[in-house]
Amino acid sequence: MRSRRHLWLGLVGIVLFAVVFLVPFAFVVFTAAKTRTEAGELQFSLPTTWTLLQNFQDALAARDYMLIIAFVNSTVLTVASVAILVVLSAMVAYVVQRRRSRWNGLINFLVLSGLIIPPAVVPTVWVLQKLGLFKTLGGLILVEVAFGLSFCILLFRAFIATIPRDLDEAAIIDGAGPVRLFFKVIFPLLKSVIVTVVIVQSVIIFNDFAYPLYFLPGDENATVQLTVFNFQSQFNTQYNLLFADILLITIPPLLLYLFLNRRIVEGLTAGAVKG
Amino acid sequence: MSTEVDARGAVTPAVAAPVPAARRKSPYPFWFCLPAAVIFFVFFVVPTFSSFFFSLTRWDLSTWEFIGLDNYVNFFQEPALVIGLKNTLIYAVVTCGLKVVLGILLAQLLTSQIIARGFLRSVAFFPVLVSTIGVGLTFTVLMDPSNGLINKSLATIGIEGPAWLVDPKYALLSVALVDVWKGVGLATVILIAGIVSIPREYFEASAVDGASAFRRFWHIVLPLSKPAITTVIILSLIGGLRSFDLIWAMTRGGPGFTSDVIASVIYKQYQAGFYGLSTAGNVVLFILVTAIVFPLNRFFTRQEVDL
Repeated sequence: MRSRRHLWLGLVGIVLFAVVFLVPFAFVVFTAAKTRTEAGELQFSLPTTWTLLQNFQDALAARDYMLIIAFVNSTVLTVASVAILVVLSAMVAYVVQRRRSRWNGLINFLVLSGLIIPPAVVPTVWVLQKLGLFKTLGGLILVEVAFGLSFCILLFRAFIATIPRDLDEAAIIDGAGPVRLFFKVIFPLLKSVIVTVVIVQSVIIFNDFAYPLYFLPGDENATVQLTVFNFQSQFNTQYNLLFADILLITIPPLLLYLFLNRRIVEGLTAGAVKG
Repeated sequence: MSTEVDARGAVTPAVAAPVPAARRKSPYPFWFCLPAAVIFFVFFVVPTFSSFFFSLTRWDLSTWEFIGLDNYVNFFQEPALVIGLKNTLIYAVVTCGLKVVLGILLAQLLTSQIIARGFLRSVAFFPVLVSTIGVGLTFTVLMDPSNGLINKSLATIGIEGPAWLVDPKYALLSVALVDVWKGVGLATVILIAGIVSIPREYFEASAVDGASAFRRFWHIVLPLSKPAITTVIILSLIGGLRSFDLIWAMTRGGPGFTSDVIASVIYKQYQAGFYGLSTAGNVVLFILVTAIVFPLNRFFTRQEVDL
């Protein structure tokens, strides 16, 4: 009786989940593979002729290969921000976790503020302009780092708490200075949490839309999230290319997800529960 | 005043003595925090503090003129801006409420012994990772009043769907529903983590006592996964109050100003060159978020201590 009820519940669940979550995704794929006129009908149907590769090419070539430039920009932005984030936040988390001092209260407060307070965008534009970093990729990288620090520090700190102090003491007795102790002994031990931080932050920064919109305007600077608006206009939207573009920019996070599903979920829940 | 000094004086000698030695020799030097602190200070702390000042000015990024509270007066008198404030609250409460309720039901379903559990978990979670803009534009097409898939499907079972994004009454709620679609997966995995960590003994004991599935849910799962529920509430409230991407991708605040939220008002004023007004909007959002989230956080932590 019991197992039969669970079977039915499972089947209903599968159908419901498929309709709610997979149909929209299938719609994107089908429309991305249609010809322009067929896509314009907005039907949920298999394409009569599959022109997926042609649409990918057209989407990539549109407006002087803007999407390719955007992919380069987004990759540089994501890799650089995440690399800086990992090293800097691990250093902070390490010192804050290991050392009891009167600064800890302040640092905790700042970390919490970084998570909760919405960034003041126009004053940030002003700061970037004063530093000559407005409309530069470098400026946006630093901004993404500043906004991502809190979350990473929390993840690292929770993990560093599980590394025994005996290890530090052994290294200190062997004559290691603070820099060697951290980079040669502790940092390599953080591998698993580093992987988590890298994946979660990569997805967040790669998918970011608002901050590139504010801090890196201009076509030559576009990141991938901004390119989808190329194909959307009030009267003449090219739906096949629009969805080809959406599909292309969805592929990187989706690939990460297929291979590293469990780690992403772990990272997000761990960070969230601690936060 | 003097008692405070006395109280401190009693404590300081014990602490003060080791500090200079530790400062010289500590294997955990504070300069490790310096690079992060500089970036955080320059690009987060400075803008946050200066926003209070610049919200009181007429400002073009290079010169400013002090105009007192005019921007705020403007903000609360202009109907288009007041709507943003109201919508932000509606949006945050609706998305947060639905995410918690649906999330806990899904989490309950996905921790029971049903078939294809792992597959269903993955399916519910993947929208969290895909581009918000992509999701927004996809649903804009699906929610098309006459041609969209949603209304066509509703029509086949005899329901006439609303005009979704085009109808001023439903535009904001439609976006909120899409937000829930995208975000419920995250709420679910957090709640699953919470439910899984409940000790099995409780369920065994309730089985011995012959409790029904509903009572088990109501008296064991709900109270004992409270920390996870708290997390979901706080996270989705923060996210809902700050939400911008999805609204911008789907309606740009339209039709008219009916689905504007504070974040989209900030961007519109910025685009129009009203930097002071835009910054005032940012301060309003700051106050709104802190006034809601900090007390709530404290309230929840206090309750946990009571348990």
